[in-house]
Amino acid sequence: MTFTGPAGPHATGLTRRGLLSATGAAGLGALLAACGVGGGGQKGSAGSGKGSIRALFMKQAGYSEDDIRQMTASFQKANPGIKVTTDFVSYEALHDKIVAAAPAGTYDVVLIDVIWPAEFGSKHIVADVSSKWPDSWKHKMLPGAVATPQYDGTFYGVPWILDTKYLFFNTAHLKQAKVDPGQLDSWDGVMKAARSLKGAGVTKYPLVWSWQQAEALICDYTQLLGAFGGRFLDDSGKPAFNQGGGVQALEFMRQSIVDGLSNPASTQSLEEDVRRVFSAGQASMALNWTYMYGLADDPKQSQVAGDVAVLQTPQGSSGRPGVNGSMALAVSAGSQQQAAAWTYVTYLTSQPVQDKYALSSLPVWRSSYDDPTVVKTNPAVVPQAKKQLGDLILRPQVQSYNAVSQALQAEIQNALLGKKSAQKAMDDAASKTSSMLAS
Amino acid sequence: VTAASSTRRRAGRRRGRAGVSSKGEGRFALLLLAPAAVVVFGVVLYPVARTLVVSLYDVDSPMAGSYPFVGLGNYTRVFQDSAFYPVLGHTVYFTLVSTFLELALGIAVALLLNAPLRVRWLWRSIVVLPWALPTIVNGALWRWIYNGQYGALNGVLSSLGISHGQHQWLGSPFLALNMVILADVWKNTSIVAFFILAGLQTISSDLYEAARIDGAGAWRAFWRVTLPLLAPSIAVVLILRTIEAFKVFDIIYVMTGGGPASGTQTIAFYTYLQAFSDQLFGYGAALAYLIVLAVFALAMTYLRLLRQGRLAGVE
Repeated sequence: MTFTGPAGPHATGLTRRGLLSATGAAGLGALLAACGVGGGGQKGSAGSGKGSIRALFMKQAGYSEDDIRQMTASFQKANPGIKVTTDFVSYEALHDKIVAAAPAGTYDVVLIDVIWPAEFGSKHIVADVSSKWPDSWKHKMLPGAVATPQYDGTFYGVPWILDTKYLFFNTAHLKQAKVDPGQLDSWDGVMKAARSLKGAGVTKYPLVWSWQQAEALICDYTQLLGAFGGRFLDDSGKPAFNQGGGVQALEFMRQSIVDGLSNPASTQSLEEDVRRVFSAGQASMALNWTYMYGLADDPKQSQVAGDVAVLQTPQGSSGRPGVNGSMALAVSAGSQQQAAAWTYVTYLTSQPVQDKYALSSLPVWRSSYDDPTVVKTNPAVVPQAKKQLGDLILRPQVQSYNAVSQALQAEIQNALLGKKSAQKAMDDAASKTSSMLAS
Repeated sequence: VTAASSTRRRAGRRRGRAGVSSKGEGRFALLLLAPAAVVVFGVVLYPVARTLVVSLYDVDSPMAGSYPFVGLGNYTRVFQDSAFYPVLGHTVYFTLVSTFLELALGIAVALLLNAPLRVRWLWRSIVVLPWALPTIVNGALWRWIYNGQYGALNGVLSSLGISHGQHQWLGSPFLALNMVILADVWKNTSIVAFFILAGLQTISSDLYEAARIDGAGAWRAFWRVTLPLLAPSIAVVLILRTIEAFKVFDIIYVMTGGGPASGTQTIAFYTYLQAFSDQLFGYGAALAYLIVLAVFALAMTYLRLLRQGRLAGVE
């Protein structure tokens, strides 16, 4: 049959009005069908404990993709009834991928950051696994790890990546500028060392940070806020970062840029940018996660291999707490294979598996830090981690964390770029976040 | 009368047979249209309708559930949101500047490509390359070019002796917005140029010959002949590029993440943050609908101007 020109539909009895009516009816039908709000959402079930599951991980920091594929291959060998498909996204896309995939129950296992259990748990995106948590884990794991998947006394996963930020420095640079590494024990000492390094012409900007408008900025800020004795929230849950140590931390950050000690590119950098600059020998000191050591000290990927040393975070006027940058593996609330997913989670988080891959990410298990085999995998970092991991601080555990964090990121950047004073920026952030915390 | 009645009866019988036949053909036509209709309703109409419904509720989770009905509350909230106005400003600025630059450069490039150059096919292939690049790749490429520490832009400026500093091209809000626009212009000028080139090739050389005989130079011929006859192509390009620029998201996501200090956040990026990062799906849906309305209004304005012949000075 051939339709020729505008007369075609009339000739076949399919009039324009008819077509429009049919379209309208279908549209109305679609509208009515759409009247249920929220996502599709399906209730999860334990399943048979066997079958195919899908897991979502992140690409950078912690365990590498190769590590995770190897772990998964070993798991499948030990559990031939379970087939696992792994997907990887960047950290920046991880939260939104979990949210977007939740209604369809696409993933059975998801990697969640320490800042998400409140949000994901309260919105039933990840399953409550409290009843499956053996009591012994609470003692066998480090406190920072136990706190990672918890919100309001409920466990929403099992800790897997236990991390905080350490101070990395270039030993050759310090030697060249005749700086004693012992000086790096405090933030004042770090600044003094940075001045010496700059003065000696070793590096134009001795320090580089991950201060892009992203969660990485909040991690660095948290570490400094803790050192200067600040708090995110007071006991009643209201913003307290605009007082005392919270403001001093930001003033410290801004001053380091004004003095030319921190690389101005820091405000556009994430952790990987920090690693690249440090590995290129263009910075002498940097805060970063554990993973940077392995890469910065690898001659294939770094120009400063052999000159990399690591220390626990320097102390300020109120000690040296590290930001809790841990992550956990969670079972999706909508998974139809929750039993198989839990088997996979417990395998990946088990002590033997974590000990084996300690070079990429340090174990959550207390006794691992006394195991010579684990110490041998990462002799530079493990001794520092043993001291640091007992002293971690959490970012606010609130359901609207992302909105609070975004407001803080924007205002901290306003101060870093000199558009506002530290006090004004923090006051503005407090004003914006008050309503978010109240809702 | 009898002859007239007989003619009417014959005509009636013809209509009757045609009616039976057209009913069958109509059903067949509907059957053929069904797959397309399913796709259109499933992929376009259903999400559009669902988003509209969601925008009327205070939905704060992706999961199914019962959420409070707020009517137009999410829409009124947009105008009470102090963060929305700077974002709107960035979007309007991005749209105006990028569309203008892409159009101006696109016309210039199209005129060059329309000229009798040697190996014209090669030039045309080269010009299309930036457009063929995925936006994500383009964003990553320019992020590296602008990098203050090891970026190519500082390297080129330094080797030309123009400047030796480590300029932070994405380091301050307004500069960063302009640098993102530049990256967008680099990519999208080529598609504009090809639209205009297609328009240029429809203009008869006789018109230029007539203009030349009338004493018009190249510049006058451009304003009096080329530009008015390009008006339909320009209108199409304006509509498409304005809509695309108003919805800009991916290049911002890759290059700046909306920073520094939220200086490159556009409405689409802000909508994404609200809907997916903050899980305010109702509010995000309302923002998305406002984008649609704004784009629709812009498109209608252009079309009206085109119909009235006011584009490109056509009277």
